[in-house]
Amino acid sequence: MKTLMRSTITGLAALLVLSGCELGSKETVQRGYRGTAMELVIVPEDRVAHVNANQPPEPSPPMPAAGPRAGDIYQNVEILGDLSVTEFTRLMASITEWVAPEEGCNYCHNPQNLADDSKYQKKVARAMIAMTQRTNEAWKDHVGTTGVTCYTCHRGNNIPTNVWAEDPGPERARGMVGQTPQNYASPAVGMSSLPYDPFTTMLGGQRDIGGVQADSALPQGHPTDLRDAEWTYALMMHFSQSLGVNCTYCHNSRAFNQWDQASPAKVTAWHGIRMVREINSRFIEPTTPWLPEHRKGPLGDALKTNCKTCHQGAYKPLYGAEMLQYYPNLAELGKDVDDLELFED
Amino acid sequence: MTMLTFEKKYRVRGGTLLGGDLFDFWIGPFYVGFFGVTTIFFATLGTLLILYGASQGPTWNIWQINIAPPDLKYGLGLAPLMEGGLWQFITICAIGAFVSWMLREIEISRKLGIGLHVPFAFGVAIFAYVTLVVFRPFLLGAWGHGFPYGILSHLDWVSNVGYQYLHFHYNPAHMIAVSFFFTTTLALSMHGSLILAVTNPAKGEPVKTGEHENTFFRDDIGYSIGALGIHRLGLFLALSAGFWSAVCIIISGPFWTKGWPEWWNWWLELPVWS
Repeated sequence: MKTLMRSTITGLAALLVLSGCELGSKETVQRGYRGTAMELVIVPEDRVAHVNANQPPEPSPPMPAAGPRAGDIYQNVEILGDLSVTEFTRLMASITEWVAPEEGCNYCHNPQNLADDSKYQKKVARAMIAMTQRTNEAWKDHVGTTGVTCYTCHRGNNIPTNVWAEDPGPERARGMVGQTPQNYASPAVGMSSLPYDPFTTMLGGQRDIGGVQADSALPQGHPTDLRDAEWTYALMMHFSQSLGVNCTYCHNSRAFNQWDQASPAKVTAWHGIRMVREINSRFIEPTTPWLPEHRKGPLGDALKTNCKTCHQGAYKPLYGAEMLQYYPNLAELGKDVDDLELFED
Repeated sequence: MTMLTFEKKYRVRGGTLLGGDLFDFWIGPFYVGFFGVTTIFFATLGTLLILYGASQGPTWNIWQINIAPPDLKYGLGLAPLMEGGLWQFITICAIGAFVSWMLREIEISRKLGIGLHVPFAFGVAIFAYVTLVVFRPFLLGAWGHGFPYGILSHLDWVSNVGYQYLHFHYNPAHMIAVSFFFTTTLALSMHGSLILAVTNPAKGEPVKTGEHENTFFRDDIGYSIGALGIHRLGLFLALSAGFWSAVCIIISGPFWTKGWPEWWNWWLELPVWS
């Protein structure tokens, strides 16, 4: 009886320990010189499932670029006026499929008058088309020629699944010295205790990223402090979660800030940070006055982008599927972002 | 026990595990034994291989010499000598030397008629090393998962392995290991200061004894584990630190591939509050 009890307890304890494990075979991707441990260990089945879940839809058949221009036939076409009518219709149909497959055209358009700008969705969509074109044109250092389309973020949803707004955090008692908004396991920062909203200041604003390592021995008068490091780490946790990678994807952690010891991905990421800041400040925040309350965050700001909005757990969105090539009308804005007049009414 | 009386007790015949009387001799104060010979062999060969590797590398700077393991593509096979093969031979030599030394400790313990605490303790250290360069690479399918041999390069490896799991301080076994390491130093410092205190009394006072030691800690923290007990406790704490270190690295990769912070989701998802 005693033996039975003992073996039952041992068995249960063993089960409990094993239940915390990822069993099964692993594969490892080596991304640095041998012995530097710049590696990513993956569970092949999980990765295959994720790749399958991140495939672009079949492209719709291309339409001739010749014929009358959309801007001449339709009224109030501010961004896509240079397209042929057939190309324009194709793009509208594709956007419907990517963004509002259930609601259809009327999600953005007033069915009585398609040119009418009374729905906020239509004005926001116009800004988002300009944003997509701008991104593909001006941020090739980040998106390459692979580019982005509406589908990269939306995936059939009105609002992309992964967006952020300023996070007031949970209600908490306040001490005399104030508190950094942290120490709650937050999915935004990989369930760590780091500051749970690194986005507002670092991707919405221009807060400096860095300050993790000193650049000299026994540093004195270093311009950054522990908190800068925590905020930076918080944002980096988000990068890892968004791309399904670990820190060594970009960094050799012996010298985080050294470009010559880092992987080329760090350069891509640097441009990505600037790209996201522009997207948020030049294309999304200006839409705030148009938005209804339920399209805003708890503090009344618009729902903005971060790395996860596009990447969704893949080191390249849609695992690098070349989707833009089928939608060349989204590849170019053709004017500077300062010359846009989208937000002037 | 002074060294001279110690010598009499130590220099006894027998107790060997291998080689019978053949290697049962001393050179000066050092017992040789079969495993002394193999220790010398492996340690010398391994050191020479490291020196050879350094001679083929870019630097003689002692901090920067680096003998790196093979690329992962070689899997569990042999790699070309200058592309990790050297690391593989040095690893064999290191394990050969460490295990030989442990077996020599067993022979000495047998000669002295004492327990096997010392070789067992060293065995835990060997276990931690073998976990890093054999068990974990074996489970992950490539020798390239071992750590490189170099003063700075092995630290860089440790850093990057930690960052592979985003935040290694959330690794539960790492937490236990670190706690044991700190507790070891705490226990040793408390014990050391106590011994220094009782053996260095004020001028004119006699050296204090175990009764004083016990009384001090009973006054101080309400409990004294005793003169023998503190050494048992110290051994347990130190070996636990090494053991849990081995556990914390072997679960990283073979049994967990994500960030360690999110491993704790089971806690957040307990039905009590979720």
